[in-house]
Amino acid sequence: MKAKHQRLVLAVAALVGVAGAGVLAASALRDEAAYFRTPVEIADGKAAVGEAMRLGGMVAAGSIERQRDGLTIRFVATDGKASVPVEYTGIVPDLFGEESGMVADGRMRADGTFVADRILAKHDERYMPPQMGEMPKNMKAPTA
Amino acid sequence: MHAYANPTRFLAIARPLTPWLLCLGLLLVLAGAWAGLTQVPGDYKQGETARILYVHVPSAWLGMGGWTSLAIAGLVQLVWRHPLSGIAARAIAVPGMLFTALCLATGSIWGKPTWGTWWEWDGRMTSMLVLLFLYAGFIALTNGDEGQRQGGSLSRGAAIYALVGAINIPIINRSVVWWNSLHQGPSITLRGSSIDNALLWPLGLTLLGFSLLFGAIVLMRMRRIIADNRVAARLRRLADDEGTMA
Repeated sequence: MKAKHQRLVLAVAALVGVAGAGVLAASALRDEAAYFRTPVEIADGKAAVGEAMRLGGMVAAGSIERQRDGLTIRFVATDGKASVPVEYTGIVPDLFGEESGMVADGRMRADGTFVADRILAKHDERYMPPQMGEMPKNMKAPTA
Repeated sequence: MHAYANPTRFLAIARPLTPWLLCLGLLLVLAGAWAGLTQVPGDYKQGETARILYVHVPSAWLGMGGWTSLAIAGLVQLVWRHPLSGIAARAIAVPGMLFTALCLATGSIWGKPTWGTWWEWDGRMTSMLVLLFLYAGFIALTNGDEGQRQGGSLSRGAAIYALVGAINIPIINRSVVWWNSLHQGPSITLRGSSIDNALLWPLGLTLLGFSLLFGAIVLMRMRRIIADNRVAARLRRLADDEGTMA
């Protein structure tokens, strides 16, 4: 019985130690392991001009402007606290749209515009049938 | 608890239980797949691609649940030295890795049309890939030493590896909360679900179905390991007898 208890105490102590180290490492990584930066972080001056980075945020309502060449778009990325104008030339994913999340790879230009060379759409955690949300234009009503 | 740690008692329960788990699991997975593909509407934004969640979410939970039970088995083996815990850990590793791989594959297939990329090194995806590698490491560490070790128990190193690897489970779970990630936040939490009920119910069927299948695979593998051990023990005895006769 005694040896068994000793092993249990040892195992639990080791586990607590390793878990503590894991949590410490994870929280230390909080900034490094972030997949993208937010507009408010850029407003705080955390992004140098020309430094390669990712910007994530919501596409502000009514902000998407298609340029004359048909390929370049400009929009405003916002996180509710700050916003950054973004410019991108290329094809965006189907789910990219206003009032929905996106992540852009690129760099800040000196004039404060984020120039993206790739855009990903970010999906949120809500799933619902079409009749509950607004109908997307590219989807037909379910027949069932 | 001790009563069921006996392989003979375990087999008496596992033998009749296996076909039930297998058949019921298959039935539920088929029903869930049918419901998910034909009976519910697509998502308001993603359309039809959202239906992959009926496979992706159970796979993710079983991949993580698999390692959690593997770590518990490792702890039981280290502390109580139950003969069945090592066998259980060995049995869990393969379906656990299978479901983790399934989760990564379905996630990637969903990511391309939704996000616009097959793979990104964000916190959720990276930590899930680490889980896949942890399973591969555990299988490599334990594969083939069942015969040498008493009753299929784990080596101390393998049991500790199982425990230490468990650190990754809360990291996977919290990765979308702690860090900005491309993967969306949790849809289903203790406070409720942000998947509408109209889309949610087939997930219950596939979740239960895949879990039963997982259980059936574990029982089958445990029975196989026990049978292998008995064959090995009998062969050893025979060899000893011949040795004494000669």
